[in-house]
Amino acid sequence: MAVLSDEQTMLRDMAREWVKKESPIDAFRKVRDGGAPAGFDPAAFQAMAEMGWAGIVIPEEFGGSDFGWLSLGLVVEETGKTLTASPLATSALAATAIVLGTSAGAKAQWLPSLASGAIYGALAIDEGPRHDPAAIATTATKTADGWTIDGAKAFVHDAHGAAVLIVAARGPDGIALFAVPADTVGVTLATRTLTDARSHTKVSLSGVKVPATAELGDGELLDRLLDRARIVTAAEMLGMAEHSFGVTLDYLKQRVQFGQILSTFQALQHRMAELFTRIELLRSVVEAALAALDSNSDVPAMASLAKATANDVLHLVSREVIQLHGGIGMTDEYFIGFYIKRARVLENAWGAASFHRDRYARIAGY
Amino acid sequence: MASAARSQEADALDAFRHEARDWIAANFPASLRDKAGAMMSPYGADSAGADGTAWRKAVGAKGWGTPTWPRAYGGGGLSRGEAAVLNQEMARAGAWSPIGGMGIMMFGPTLLEYGSEAQKLRHLPAICAADIRWCQGYSEPGAGSDLASLQTFAEDMGDHYVVNGQKTWTSGGQWADWCFALVRSDKTKKHEGISFLLIDMKSPGVTVKPIRMISGISPFCETFFDNVKVPKENRVGEEGEGWTIGKRLLQHERTNISGGGGRMAAAMAQSLVEQAKASLGTDAEGRIAEPELRSRIAKFEMDWRAFLLTTARVTQESKAAGGVSEISSILKTVGTRLVQERAELMIEITGLQGLGWEGEGFSAAELANVRGWLGGKASTIYGGSTEIQNNVIAKRILGMLDHQ
Repeated sequence: MAVLSDEQTMLRDMAREWVKKESPIDAFRKVRDGGAPAGFDPAAFQAMAEMGWAGIVIPEEFGGSDFGWLSLGLVVEETGKTLTASPLATSALAATAIVLGTSAGAKAQWLPSLASGAIYGALAIDEGPRHDPAAIATTATKTADGWTIDGAKAFVHDAHGAAVLIVAARGPDGIALFAVPADTVGVTLATRTLTDARSHTKVSLSGVKVPATAELGDGELLDRLLDRARIVTAAEMLGMAEHSFGVTLDYLKQRVQFGQILSTFQALQHRMAELFTRIELLRSVVEAALAALDSNSDVPAMASLAKATANDVLHLVSREVIQLHGGIGMTDEYFIGFYIKRARVLENAWGAASFHRDRYARIAGY
Repeated sequence: MASAARSQEADALDAFRHEARDWIAANFPASLRDKAGAMMSPYGADSAGADGTAWRKAVGAKGWGTPTWPRAYGGGGLSRGEAAVLNQEMARAGAWSPIGGMGIMMFGPTLLEYGSEAQKLRHLPAICAADIRWCQGYSEPGAGSDLASLQTFAEDMGDHYVVNGQKTWTSGGQWADWCFALVRSDKTKKHEGISFLLIDMKSPGVTVKPIRMISGISPFCETFFDNVKVPKENRVGEEGEGWTIGKRLLQHERTNISGGGGRMAAAMAQSLVEQAKASLGTDAEGRIAEPELRSRIAKFEMDWRAFLLTTARVTQESKAAGGVSEISSILKTVGTRLVQERAELMIEITGLQGLGWEGEGFSAAELANVRGWLGGKASTIYGGSTEIQNNVIAKRILGMLDHQ
């Protein structure tokens, strides 16, 4: 655990306590089985917003707490432990695009209600099943008083019910980012149901007209946004790895076979020691990457390091926790198998491990 | 008040910085600049000639090779802050500590904690001056990972013991003056039957035979004890307390292995990528031309960075908690595994040119790499093998019990 300030410790403890009481794994199961169209429980997101979590990375002048990325990471890690379904992370990232962008109009229009959690936002960046920001083909055409956007975005997370979509498009000067009101004429959503039972949507943009103030910035802003998305996703993955490991450890300590508690078998002890070691390494890189965002140093390399490591570690952990549980781990009645279904979705989000290894090498000059 | 105290402390550190800087300027021979590698030789600084010997004696007399040890035992008596300043000033001047070895890294810290006053006064000053070289008598042919099953027996003869048995993997045994050893003083108990003895290697009955390793060199020895007489004043702690003391010493050893591995690979970190570019060529973008190997090099570099970040986190958390962080147990396994992986990668990158054993056509660096690659296989075995470390993690940290 990083050395935290008193406020950060309080925030983390508050999140831990809330997750334990209000959002155990059964809360996720209820959302999944209840068929909530937005893929989460609005009351839960409301509760998070009331605790101020929606505004953690939004400046105070717009109603946020400007509490920093390590603070947001702590909360996302905690909620990730029990697969808490909410647009908290995605919406914070959408807000970030506006905060880091240059449009004063967009800031005034969106940030106060994003900070309060009255609305939430989503990121409409990728256009295929794999993360590939270089392949963005959605176009932005300049009009007399703004822009017209045409294209389609694949697997947009938490777009259902979102008020604002952060859309990447190719304009006359290259990539540009726009804050598009989701209710604009020409925006249509089609649900894509994935293994994690969360909200994923194909977003079609056909002749979507936005004012000039919707333009947030260029390709450099997109890179900064993506690095933040990678690091926050890695924090969620850390929470998942940690918790599914802990649950498995508890299981091994009570399950008896051959007249022995399973945790006494060395074959299992060494696999658990190996997983523990990897999770500790992951914790170090996630905390360092969050801290890098707060100090604005070496962010691109740290983002790729965090995401690649999170992918590798959670991939292994999510497989091992099923195997270590045996048959019960395969059942839907039990919950440990939920982790692998979310894990693979997040592994693909914002770059697979191979993407980030290649990027890390490129940044370092090889 | 608080800030006045802080500035007083800062003033004192500044004054010490000047003292250290002047002393280094006056005593560090210019000929030894960047010759820290001499410390890798069994003869330490003395292998760098008369200047090396003079530098060792100067630092030894000052106690600055063991800066935080008490003055009374030959140490520098410095505060942690002063020791850090000394380090900085040494680095600034291109100087290095000529005092090294097992005495400093493992035995000294243990003796400071468990030794009698007489033992400390007798042995520590010679360690601080690097006048005496120590070796470790722990492993035996039948007691490797299961160290507590050791059989070397110390028979109680009143005012002394008579020791019989065999130790193995005695690092530097052929050059050592003294040996700290775990011996069995009671055959009826396992852990509680072990005592910690200091044995003069010149005692009659001590025989040392170097073991030739796959690397072609002999850093380890077999050490035989044949009716060796050891006075009881050379027992550290009580009879039967050896296992407790011996384990403490191993903690120092593990810290040094992970730290040492870190230093070693950090020094070589740049060259993996540079070597790959040279050996494999570069593409139009200036990247390593072989994408599969490039990806694995990146994977290594990322894992290595995760390891360094974890090392930093351990330090930070230990400082904050005022104790040892429990995750320090993972540092040895991860650090040693990565250093080995790096050596394997280097050989893959360089091909057969990277497998030279001796003779013409190979650079000194290439030959040293080969020996380091083979010799480095020891790191996941000694100091508690990776498997033993995983037992420790499973049992002590994860609370997984022994088989009943």
